[in-house]
Amino acid sequence: MMLLVTSGVAPLLAQAESLLDVGDSFLLPLVLKLALVLAVFFVVPLVAGYVEHKAMGRMQHRRGPVEAGPFGSLQLVADGIKFIQKEDLIPAAADKWVFAIAPGVALVPAMLVIVVLPFGPGVFALDLELGLFYVLSASSVSVLGVLMGGWASANKFSLFGGLRAGAQLIAYELPLILAAIAVAVQAGTLSLVGIVEAQSGFMLFGTDVNVWYVFPQLLGFGIFFVAAMAELSRPPFDMPIGDSELVFGYMTEYSGIKYAMYMLTEYAGMVSMSAIMVVLYLGGWQILPGVPLPGCEVGGGLFDCGVTGTLLGVAVTLAKIMLLVFVMVWARVTYPRLREDQLQRLSWLVLVPLALVNLALITIAKVVF
Amino acid sequence: MSDLDLAQQVLPATAPGEGIAVELVGNGDMQTADMSLSIGEAHPATHGVFRIVLEMDGERVVDAHPVIGYMHRGFEKLAEHRDYRQIKALVNRHDWLSGFSNELGVALVVEKLMEFEVPDRAQWIRMLLAEWNRILNHLMFIGSYGLELGAITPMFYAFREREDIQALLESATGGRLHFTYNQVGGLKIDLPKGFLHESARVSKVTRERLPDYFDLVLGNEIFQARSKGVGPLPMDVGLSIGVTGPTLQATGLPEDSRATEPYLKYGELDVEVPVGSNGDAYDRFSCLLHRIRVSLDLIDQIHDHIPPGPVNSKLPKMVKAPEGATYVRTENPLGQLSYWLESDGGRNPWRLKMRTPSFSNVQAIPYLMRGQLLPDAVSILGSVFFVVGDIDR
Repeated sequence: MMLLVTSGVAPLLAQAESLLDVGDSFLLPLVLKLALVLAVFFVVPLVAGYVEHKAMGRMQHRRGPVEAGPFGSLQLVADGIKFIQKEDLIPAAADKWVFAIAPGVALVPAMLVIVVLPFGPGVFALDLELGLFYVLSASSVSVLGVLMGGWASANKFSLFGGLRAGAQLIAYELPLILAAIAVAVQAGTLSLVGIVEAQSGFMLFGTDVNVWYVFPQLLGFGIFFVAAMAELSRPPFDMPIGDSELVFGYMTEYSGIKYAMYMLTEYAGMVSMSAIMVVLYLGGWQILPGVPLPGCEVGGGLFDCGVTGTLLGVAVTLAKIMLLVFVMVWARVTYPRLREDQLQRLSWLVLVPLALVNLALITIAKVVF
Repeated sequence: MSDLDLAQQVLPATAPGEGIAVELVGNGDMQTADMSLSIGEAHPATHGVFRIVLEMDGERVVDAHPVIGYMHRGFEKLAEHRDYRQIKALVNRHDWLSGFSNELGVALVVEKLMEFEVPDRAQWIRMLLAEWNRILNHLMFIGSYGLELGAITPMFYAFREREDIQALLESATGGRLHFTYNQVGGLKIDLPKGFLHESARVSKVTRERLPDYFDLVLGNEIFQARSKGVGPLPMDVGLSIGVTGPTLQATGLPEDSRATEPYLKYGELDVEVPVGSNGDAYDRFSCLLHRIRVSLDLIDQIHDHIPPGPVNSKLPKMVKAPEGATYVRTENPLGQLSYWLESDGGRNPWRLKMRTPSFSNVQAIPYLMRGQLLPDAVSILGSVFFVVGDIDR
């Protein structure tokens, strides 16, 4: 299968070198890459959580956290410490092994996604030829952990939550993937680094134009954004949690560190989905379409940018991610929760047809131009 | 078919609105075991200790059995052992969101039995504070219904407004929840200096912020999708069950004792009664919002009417109602609140029967929930306005 796909979609661009591939040693790059993945996994979601706390507070006439750390910025760290200290409760009727490993099953895929995400010029752990295919597959494994948790808790509310999460995944995977395929078609590659690269040089009638895919594929971007929020169970699609109906859905029986793992999964999911959208639609680490990073004005402005350029590229990526996180928080503050059947209706009757239209349009445009 | 039968007949399990995606798979004759799901007594949707046992088929509610009584505090019996002047401190606790309106009702019923004349100024001030209390209550339900639907922001908006109004009422009564400001024969003390000025200011500010609720909540597409056509209550069923207040008005019946059977000085005012058309959750909520607007209109009218004069009259050392019985109904924020007072001529009531709006409103829940989906059941629970203390007393 792997072989078939790779031979079918041959990468048009040479595979990019990670900045972390230093020297000839085997161990050093590996350690550096692991450090990058872990740092992104544990730090950026906390920043996203802080953005959420503060943005929600401001929109609701509150101040958000203020006590823990400067301007309350360490609130989530404090929460994490609190969760670690809490007693680890397992309900007597629970399926103990499944109950115990479910948060991990949800957490690990969220971490694996980060391996291929590019955060700046050369700042990534791995550039897979099938990067897009990989992130979409890995991110949908998380729902297995949710289903396991919902089933193993031996709680009716948890069961409802888990089943709703499963139904939601089936409904939203399709528009998500169809929207992503359109990007792959336009870029001509499945490599995430390659997609960023393709957004810096786009040949239109023989002239080189810089265009982020959000402009030709605004429809696809909208579909991807809605589907990503549904996949992450973010409000207004948080039916699997549905705190006014299902107490706390599949997380009802979880406490302590296991609960914290689910929460980290949610925030890491927000970050990695936003990062995927930044790569697919918002030009990755480019400041503006056609504006190269300082230090690498020659050669497309995407690689070998020197220290300043690289750091600026990372900052630009993170800023774009936080912008998308902010929009997700904004939606959460504005909208009530949809009903599960309304969500299915929205997915199958609106998003899937629109995604197919989007894909057809992009494919035709690709062939014509 | 009697009214009761009408209220209890089982509805066919049709999908609410147009939602069909969670219908039975196949031809629908696959038999699955129903699951009994206990919502409460401590559940986020019940805002209080209230329990509903739902018989579920998947996500569909087959039957609903409300279980009430977890908060029974015996107010009716306690009142029989209190002096007439002490009862007000009991009754402002059964519906804790409408403390002032509750004590107003009990003051009125005692005054009626004693044939006591209350000074005009006291009557107008009672109306003013009762309307403010009504707005306080409605704002709370606007926030909490948002929460039932998963919208967190309306609650914070509502509490911003509530805070201003609480401060206003606190300046007059000293209380934020249990005002204890009414007395048999009038009010505890007169309003503080500048109260009417402040009241007019808060009224203006609240009126200016009201469009936020109409836009943010009532105009929200998802809010409409979640509330339109959910739990429709026909007028005849509503009447036979005995729902009152915004829940009844939403069915299209302009029933509001301020307008239809005025007490205090409501007869001199122009009371508009907002009504809905089909009694669904959207109409109930919309009636609630419009009632806030009506109350603000009333407050502005009352400001121009308050005459100078005393706010209470001298009571005898021993307040004794003559032997007999009487009945007073008032329009509480959640619906019709009535007190039936029976006296044997002594210092305490022989019997004080309360007819509280929440108790009657929750009787509609089984009728409304049958055949609905679980999320809609929660939407119904939030839109049939009740306070748990007011159910159980």
